[in-house]
Parts: sequence; structure tokens; C-alpha cells
Amino acid sequence: MIAELAKGMGITLKHFFQTPVTIQYPDVQRPVRNRFKGRHELKRYDNGLEKCIGCSLCAAACPADAIFVEAAENTDDERYSPGERFARVYEINMLRCIFCGYCEDACPTEAIVLEHNYELSFYDRQSAIYTKDMLIVDVPVNGRPTPQVVEPGVFTKAIPEMENPA
Amino acid sequence: MTLGQIALWGLVVGLVMSLVVITGFAYTTLLERKVLARMQARVGPNRAGYIPLPGRGKQEKKLLAGFMQPAADAVKLFFKEDPTPAKADWLVYNLAPMLAVIPAILILGVIPWAGKIPGLVPEQYDYFAIVPGLDVAALFVLAVTSIGVYGVVLAGWASNSKYAVLGGIRASAQMISYELAMSLSLLVPVMIANSMDLGVIVAAQKGQWFIFLQPVAAIVFCIAALAELQRAPFDLLEAEQELSAGFNVEYAGMRFGMFFMAEYMKMISFSAIAATLFFGGYRGPFVDQVPVLGFVYLFIKIFIGLFLMIWIRATFPRLRYDQLMLFGWKVLLPISVVNFLVVAVFIVLAEEGLFAPILSFFGF
Repeated sequence: MIAELAKGMGITLKHFFQTPVTIQYPDVQRPVRNRFKGRHELKRYDNGLEKCIGCSLCAAACPADAIFVEAAENTDDERYSPGERFARVYEINMLRCIFCGYCEDACPTEAIVLEHNYELSFYDRQSAIYTKDMLIVDVPVNGRPTPQVVEPGVFTKAIPEMENPA
Repeated sequence: MTLGQIALWGLVVGLVMSLVVITGFAYTTLLERKVLARMQARVGPNRAGYIPLPGRGKQEKKLLAGFMQPAADAVKLFFKEDPTPAKADWLVYNLAPMLAVIPAILILGVIPWAGKIPGLVPEQYDYFAIVPGLDVAALFVLAVTSIGVYGVVLAGWASNSKYAVLGGIRASAQMISYELAMSLSLLVPVMIANSMDLGVIVAAQKGQWFIFLQPVAAIVFCIAALAELQRAPFDLLEAEQELSAGFNVEYAGMRFGMFFMAEYMKMISFSAIAATLFFGGYRGPFVDQVPVLGFVYLFIKIFIGLFLMIWIRATFPRLRYDQLMLFGWKVLLPISVVNFLVVAVFIVLAEEGLFAPILSFFGF
């Protein structure tokens, strides 16, 4: 019996001298997997135009009814996205979202993507609603911010030429 | 020195030592949390206070991480809401935590901390303690530790809760069972040193510690003390899983903290008593030349005792109630009784000179 007790004590003592496995979370963040589904982002094209065209297919696909989209017309003097319309209001209620990724699947322009940010906590319900300003990514290096003034007749199609996502 | 001066000296020393031990209690909680964490491959509290060290890369190294945690805990406990249950016995409910803490502090009165330090110890005494020269010190320790159970039992009873009362009943049963074994093994060094004065017991251990003379008594004492402290693996009166923390389940705030204060203070004082009785007390190399070293040696011995208790807590699962009773009554108590009797008979035989021919045969 004494031998077993001593063996147990030895195991705990061995662990005492090992390095702790704890990851000091706010200081050290463990990278997530590539396909991790975190907070959504609204993407832009390289020229700075928004990919979202305000079609509301994401809202339709959303099983939790977390997405609200209100579209408005683009003009050449004030252009947000290629084609006719853009999302004037784009809101996701993060308290409802279940991070299923159906919106990502439904999007015809690959505008909404579930990215790697999982630090979603709020002090009240109001701050749980992410607006378009919070969701949209920064303007790319060579792009211009929206709204842009463009030459008439360039952006006639909602979905410009994109390589096949295979 | 007159008696009045000695009384004043005792008060001052008592105040200082109490403050030292209260700080020690706070850091014992930190030690326990850190050591337990490391034994479970965790880090433990490391947010409240650290000394930043520049390290390689982005990560700066933190030295002494968490050393302000006891202060943070104390502030939190003082500012928490401290409700009394509606149907609790108000007076007893409020008295019980104090009844638990006071004996824990009282035990420290008789522990000899160092040898005779000139100028610090009144000249008629041979060692430094808050109450030096108490000729029933060992008895005092036993008596005061028995009072400690009242705090637990009354807390359980007064909070008018089933879990609390179960914890209190377990506490009383456990303490009664293990106190017998503990007292009987405590009597062994008393008999060998032929005095109940803890200072004399320490002085008798010059050259040989009593654990080498009486390993059985020492081991039984340590196990029984662990049970007396309600530490793991004998902590089934505050079994979180079964009783949702037992006797202190209705307490909050600093009154809850006082139970922990009592537990950790008793850990310190029992480590000190075990060191005094079996591990040479404040004795160590060069302690006769430099008496102040006694504080250091006793501190080291207390630290080792605390570390052992935490180590045991990290290792062993809690005993079942029947196992606890079986172990106490059928294993520890017979061992200590037999040991006690054998030691008593041997001492009498030695005093009668029965061993003198045998010893002289072996050349002593």
C-alpha cells in the first residue's frame, strides 16, 4: 500500500516540475483552424468596391433569421458595388447567429465570409447587432473607398469577372 | 523583569506574531493555489501583481506572478454582500466563524520560535515564544484544538441548512475519532522529554529528532493532524461534490473567509507543532551560536509541512466516510495505543536500569 501511495505522490511531484499546459488566453491566442467559422466579414473587390449587392439571399438562407439587409440603388456618381444595387443597411444579430455558414453558401458574390474572430461578447443586446460598418473589411491597398465616382457604363453586371472558385 | 513587564512583552510579541501569522495565512492560500495548480499542469493565479522581466521575443517574463492575489482576495471578501439566512440562529451564526479562528490563533501562543535571544526573551525563560515557559503547553494545544470543532459544528447547526448540518456532524465525528490517536502519539514525545513544555521538548531533541526515535508516533501524529485539520484526503466535511461545501455553505464574505483563515492558520500551527514535537522544532545547525536562526529553521520546517499537506491534497482522493472511521478507530488508534504502551514500558524499564547490562555489553 505504501508503495502505491508513494507512486501517486511521485506522479504529482513529477507534474510539479513540468511546464504548465495553460495558454494565457488574452495574452497568447491559439490560432484557429483555417475553416473555423467565426464572425462574418463583408468583403471588397481589389478596387475597393463592396462585393455585397444587397440581394438578401443570405437573409433568406439564414435559419436563425439573424441577418437584415436593405438594398438601395447604385448610381455612377455614388457607387458602392458593381451592378445595380448595394446593401444600404446590413445588420447581423450576433445573439441569434448560429455560425452555420449558410449565408456564406448562399451569397452569389462571395461577399459574406465567416472569418476567424471569435471574441464576441457584449454588455447589452444593442451592441450585439453588428452593422455594416463593423462587418465590412478595410479598403484594399490599391482600392478607393466607397462611395466611388466611376465612369458610366463600366459596372453593368452585378458580378464582375471572377475566377472560378473550383 | 517583573510580571507586569512580562505580560506587556507577551502582548507586544503576541500582536507582532499574530500579524506575521495572518500574513502567513494569506500567503499560504496563495502557496496552496500555486502548488496545486502546478501539480495539475496549470498556472494558478498570476494576474494580481507581478514583476515584469524583459524576455526574448514579444512575451515578457513575469516574476512572482500573482503575489498580490491574497490582498485582492481579502478586498473582495470584505466588500462582498454578507447575508444571514432568514431562519438561521443569528447569534450563533455570527459567533461560529470567530470560534473557529480564535483557537487557530491561540495554538500559536505556545510554539517555541527560537532559542534564548538576549534582549528579546525575558531572562527567566529559555526560548522565544508568545507564552514561554507554559508547563502544560502540550495539553494546551490539545485543549485548544478541541475547541476548534465547535466553530465548525455550530456553524453547521446555526445556518439551518441540511448540507451545513451534515458537514458539521461529520466534522464532530471525525475530530473525536482522530483526536484520540493524535493525543496518544503526542504523548510519546512528552514522555521521552519528560515535560509538557514544548520548549523543553525541543531542547530534548538536541542531537536526535524524535522522528528517528519514534517514527510510528510521528507518522500517526501527522496523519491524525491531517484529519484534525480536515484537509484532503480527510476533507469530507466540506466535500464539494456531496455537501456543496458542507458547514460553510450558507456563509459569504469575510465570515466565509474566516473559516478559511481558521483552516490555513491551523495548517501553519499544526506544521509548527509537528516540527516542534518530532522534527527538532527550531533546532538546526549553528542554532546554539546564533539563536535567531531558530526562526529560519522553524519557518523552513513549517514550509515543508505546508508543502507536504498541499502535495497530499493534490495526490489523494477523498476517503469515504466508513473508510475514514475504519481507518481512525481500527488502524490509527490501536497503533498509537500499542506504541504508547511500549514506549511507556520501555521508559520505566530504562529508568529502573534494566537495560544497563545489555547496553554495557554492546559497549555503551
